[in-house]
Amino acid sequence: MDIEQLEATDTLDTSGLLCPLPVYKAGIALGKLEPGQILRLICTDPGSLADIPAMARQRGDTLLASDSTEGSQVFWIEKGSQT
Amino acid sequence: MTALERPADLEPGAEPVRKRLALVASKGTLDQAYPPLILATTAASLGWEVGIYFTFYGLDILHKDRMEHLKVASLANPSGPIRVPNLLGAMPGATAAATKMMKNWMKNAKMPDLAEFMEMARDLGVTLFACATTMGVMGVKDSDLIEGCDIAGAAAFLDFAAGADVQLYI
Repeated sequence: MDIEQLEATDTLDTSGLLCPLPVYKAGIALGKLEPGQILRLICTDPGSLADIPAMARQRGDTLLASDSTEGSQVFWIEKGSQT
Repeated sequence: MTALERPADLEPGAEPVRKRLALVASKGTLDQAYPPLILATTAASLGWEVGIYFTFYGLDILHKDRMEHLKVASLANPSGPIRVPNLLGAMPGATAAATKMMKNWMKNAKMPDLAEFMEMARDLGVTLFACATTMGVMGVKDSDLIEGCDIAGAAAFLDFAAGADVQLYI
């Protein structure tokens, strides 16, 4: 999937926040989206590389893509049909 | 730049199965109050059903007055914030200093304080079991606890835990 083509409905920047806050805030943000809509999530927590894929798997969302830049990661998460 | 494949078991429309986490919070020090609350708020954010059984000193985490005053032990805590020879941890003021230091660490790391964590947990629907036996033994009244606790004994918690996918004792 080409991330240039991904259109996020919402962006959440969790820069500077540590676990559990990125997952906690992402959960709230995803809760406000409709199934199929995309959240763009920015993290600097070093645990997020492992945590965000796990979060998507556990919640039933889909991690479409991720991108690493200096010191931060960006994730594109498509909300699943749960909730 | 990486693109990730869609896992086969997470096709849109797949019926989600709600997992359950059962935690026991048995410690009443500030540093030991955080792990159950971090795990609980995380699991609830993942869509899991979560219950925490606050028992023995852990009940202080639900105590309106005591929750604000949980401390970090400076004695017999070699990994604590103040790295001094163990006996010096018994000096007057050492516990207060270790506690203050940990609170500063948490604040500087932008971590919520305990009261904020409890509010997050309640907003997420985490069940807060208050151990009835501990209340009886330590003379804690219903009115001493924060609102929204479920007063329960071991059988009620085990009934909840028996249906849990993950059970942890902290």
